[in-house]
This record gives sequence, C-alpha cells and structure tokens, in this order.
Amino acid sequence: MPSAIPQQTSMPDPVLRVEDMVMEFRLGKREVVHAVSGVSFDIYPGETLGLVGESGCGKSSTARAVMQLPAPTSGKVILNGVDLAALNGSQLRRQRKQFQMIFQDPISSLNPRRKVSDIVEMPLVVMGEGTPEERKARVREVLEAVGLDPETSLDRRPFQFSGGQCQRISIARALVSEPSMLICDEPVSALDVSIQAQIINLLLDMKERYHLTMLFISHDLSVVKVVCDRVAVMYMGRICELADSDTLYRQPAHPYTAALLSAIPEADPGRPPQPIAMKEGELPSAINPPSGCRFNSRCPKAQDLCTQVVPPLEEIAPGHTLACHFPLTGD
Amino acid sequence: MRVENLHTHFMTARGLVRAVDGVSFTLKQGVTLGLVGESGCGKTILCRTLMGLLPASAKISERARILFNGQDLRALGEKQLRAIRGRDMAMIFQDPMTSLNPVMKVGAQISETLIHHLGMTKAEAHDRGVELLRAVGISAPERRIDQYPHQLSGGIRQRVAIAIALACEPKLLIADEPTTALDVTVQSGILDLLREQQRERNMSMILITHDLGVVAGRTDEIAVMYAGKMVERSSTKDLFGNTRMPYTQALMESIPHLDHPTHARLRTISGQPPNLIYPPPGCRFAPRCTRAEERCREEEPVLASEVGSEHAFACWRPVGVPVAETAA
Repeated sequence: MPSAIPQQTSMPDPVLRVEDMVMEFRLGKREVVHAVSGVSFDIYPGETLGLVGESGCGKSSTARAVMQLPAPTSGKVILNGVDLAALNGSQLRRQRKQFQMIFQDPISSLNPRRKVSDIVEMPLVVMGEGTPEERKARVREVLEAVGLDPETSLDRRPFQFSGGQCQRISIARALVSEPSMLICDEPVSALDVSIQAQIINLLLDMKERYHLTMLFISHDLSVVKVVCDRVAVMYMGRICELADSDTLYRQPAHPYTAALLSAIPEADPGRPPQPIAMKEGELPSAINPPSGCRFNSRCPKAQDLCTQVVPPLEEIAPGHTLACHFPLTGD
Repeated sequence: MRVENLHTHFMTARGLVRAVDGVSFTLKQGVTLGLVGESGCGKTILCRTLMGLLPASAKISERARILFNGQDLRALGEKQLRAIRGRDMAMIFQDPMTSLNPVMKVGAQISETLIHHLGMTKAEAHDRGVELLRAVGISAPERRIDQYPHQLSGGIRQRVAIAIALACEPKLLIADEPTTALDVTVQSGILDLLREQQRERNMSMILITHDLGVVAGRTDEIAVMYAGKMVERSSTKDLFGNTRMPYTQALMESIPHLDHPTHARLRTISGQPPNLIYPPPGCRFAPRCTRAEERCREEEPVLASEVGSEHAFACWRPVGVPVAETAA
C-alpha cells in the first residue's frame, strides 16, 4: 500500500475541481459526438495529473473544456473556488491569468508575424497588468527562466527558432501571468527525443520554481510516468481508472490500462514485444458509443453485464478509483 | 542491396544542404535493418534516394553506387527503374492517409500494381487483392476492398498500404516511420505484421524510425544516423548491449522508461542538431558530446569496426574505452 494515506484527513482544497463535465459537438441536425461524457477529477496544489488515452478518447476535448475553449456542454469546472463555466465573457477574461495552456504544435500555436517580445507580453497586455516597463522586465525574466537569451530572442520571430525553442516560447507565454494552473496538451509529442527530454526537464523545473499545478495530457505513457503524480486513463470520453502513477503502472486494475501499458515498445532487445491484452478491433464511434462499459467491444474480460450496465467509477483503494465490473486482480 | 559512398545534396537558396553525406552499407537478404536518428538526420532522404524518389533539386554524387541484386540503380533509366520500383522494392510511408489515393477504392489501388507489374487481368487482380488484405490481417476483406480510404481507420489504412507494398512480393521493403502517425495500441500490431511478413517472404527490410523502442525487439541490425552520416552500426543486440558511439548512448538515455522515477530529471543532449549547410568540422556530434576532445573537433572519424567485430562506429573516443587508450 502506498504510504500517502494520511493526506485523506488533511486534504487541502483542490486547485481545480471538474464535476461531471460533458462535452458534446453537434454534427449536422441529428448526430451528436459524445466527446466527453461525465468526467470528474480534482487536482491538488502542486500536483500534476496526467490524462492518457488513444487519439479520439476525449483528452484534448477535456483540456479545452477546462480552458473554456469552448465551455463544456454541462458540468462544473471549479478553479480556486470559482465555477468557470458559470462566468460571462469579461468575468472569465479576468480569471484567465490563473490558468494557461501549452499546445502540441509549438510552431502553429505562435503567431508567425509577431516578435517573441510581443508574443510573450500579450497575456499581460490583455489582462491589463502593470506598466509597459514592468511588463518588459517580466518578459525578460520569464524568457531567461525557460532558457532563452532575451538579448538575442526578443526581436526575432517564431520561424527563426527550432521546434524545441518555440515550445520554450510557448511555455514562457503561459507562465508570464504567473498562473496557478497550467494545462499541457501533448507538449512534447511533436519534438525529437533529445529535445523532448530537454522540454520535460524544463517543465519539471518550472513546476518547482513557480509552484505550478498541472494537467498533463499525453498519449505517451512513459512521458506521463516521469511528469505526473497521479494518472487518469480515459477511454471514449470517460475516465476508466485513476490512481497515483506508481500504483497504476505497477498494478493496473482496468483491462484497458493493462492493454495500453503492454503496448509500449521498450528500448530493450532482451524484452520481446509484449502481446497486447486487447481484442483486435477498431475504436467504436463516438457518435454511437457502445452501451454499458464503452470498452466492452475490445475487452478480453467482457461479459453480458458489461454491455448492459455502465460500471460506476468507484474507489477500490485509497486514491485509486476504477470503473470496471471485472477488474484485474494483481499477479 | 549495397550502397557505396552515397551523398545526396540539395541546392537551396541558402546554400548546399548535405542531407546524406557519405553513407555506405550492405543489406543482406532476409535481414531487417533499423535506421534510427532524429528528424533531419537524413534517414528519409537516404531511403528516398534508394527508391529513386527524390525531388528534382537533389543531386546524388557521381561516385555513389547503389547496387540492388547486382544491378547499379544509378545506371538505369527512369523506365527501367519504374519496372523495379513497386515490384522488387517497395516503400511504406508514414502517413497512410496521404500515401493512399483518396478518390480510388482500396481494391483499385492494389490492382493497379498487380496489373502494371505482373500483367494480371482485372478479375485476377481483384481476387489477389482480397487475399492480400486477408494476409495483412484485415477482417471482411471482400467488403473492405470496395471501400475508400476515408472509410477506414488509421491502422487499417496502414495495413492496406502494406498490402499494396507486398503485392508483387518485393525483395526489399522500406518502411518509413510506418507507425508514427498511429496510436500505441495499433502500433505493435502493425510492427508485428511487418516482422511476420518479412520473415515469411524472406524479404530484406529497412525500418526507419526515431523511436529506439520500436526497433529494439523487431530488427536484426541497427544503423544510427546523425547529421547525414552513419555513426554506428551493429547487430541489434550488440548495439543495446555494447553501445560505442556517445550519440547512441545519449539517445538511449534521453528516452523516458516506464521504470523511471516520477519527477526525476531525464538525461538530455544539450544543444541542437547541426546545420547541414555548414556542418561543424571534425565529428559532427562533437559540439554536443560530453566526451569530445580536441581531435574530435578537428578530425573527422570514419565508420569502422574493430578487428574481429562487425560492430562499426565513427568515434575517436568511444564509450567503454578509457581516455589513455584512445589517445594511441
């Protein structure tokens, strides 16, 4: 058992609480894409929560709904005690300095026509923070923090930087308003391995330096393991398992988590590739998701019950929640 | 397949880009070679050169020889080359959506190759297409053959691309990042399929990837490329067990592993890959290498193996040798 049980009694208030969030997109007149179907989680101060799953499982929709880009169809997104989903435009804009986002593609997420100095300063300008001099000083400070030389980079434009450097600029822009919550949507997926390691280390450093609380989205479970305290596994718009990363990786209880873990290629020729513990088959459509447990069409352990009843997300051990009728039992 | 002294350069407005700069290697029949390196290291250009699929701005060096089954591909005309390409050597690309024709049914795309190269009739090609789709693990191939690529998922599309590549029983299959655009759960299925088909048909295969994890369990040999050069080459087992080139080692160490402790910093390679217009003198990795000494910055190491070993590397100060010995 993990030794982190005492936190049960003296748990601080979460920085971010997401309650029963639903995100749906209309497709034409009749069809609806169920991107996120009732997701709830808390993220505590200084903690990093990882969100993993295959493409199309609703990770990015979750991140965008938390960012109110656009606001979720229903449910609550409570940041530092304020329900963001209930705010109007100008109230929301005032809250924005509290939560910022880093996107996957570092080059397309920066305006190619603007100088780095303008890009990084922009959040402060929009929020009406400080005098121009104070803002300039803050921009230099944050650029230095992310490992860019302000002297040479301030007057340049994004195309003059490599992908890794552009991601540093994105991180600087996200941190310039001193947010309490940072949402990272696949921040290293577009980067080469050697650059990926640099950016991961930078995020870990920034987290310590600015006491950040993070929601970290990635399809790469090894990257998530390095960065995250707790990990939530998503499948077709629902969370199927959530636990601290050591437990989740050592002893996955959901068959889908186990399948994901077995699919990772390890750079070790002595270890033969693991067979995937999952039925062949395509990801079902998010327009007509399967009834009951949404994983039932690919699950090796599925039984009749799984096609009829949605398994509730329940705590099976302190800090370990699971939505499965027939969980895996260790060994 | 044998490649000797291959240079592929591009003339651009900013200068001559040395994308592939002096690569030689031999690939035996029935062997899978993993070609590993970061983006821009020249691995894709190398394979496109082999396939003769380069843009017009590319220049291949005069002395380069690309021997395939004893035939020098450089000496062949476009027409002769076209008879080999797709029949004896085939390629699978990274993104199955863009490599398949969106307005042609899957069946027509498979038949095209069969009719062109093997002179089959339409009906024969259709039947063979169904067989091929079944062989690459697609369920209900009779139905799939009449679908368009947009009706298929990414994994199925890549299987179709593999079926097309295998249609004429090629002797060499080049797979350029075949799983990079796919989910991990689909990735291992595709890699297993490639390995299985390669063994069954005794093909040679070049598997290009930036992911050492992908090649570890599924190749016989690995070549590591850096800035247009091959810097290390050996059997897969030896490369992981007895890494000699500091770049390969750094690359391995910078990958996060599942047993990596949470919040522990990763080992990184400082700096950026070099500019291929003005590559640094000496060893191209020297500016980023922790073991580099003066000689590394001045004199270029050649890819060579030690006596009695097949393990070749290009380094003055290889991993596993104390400093005093390398000075000799």
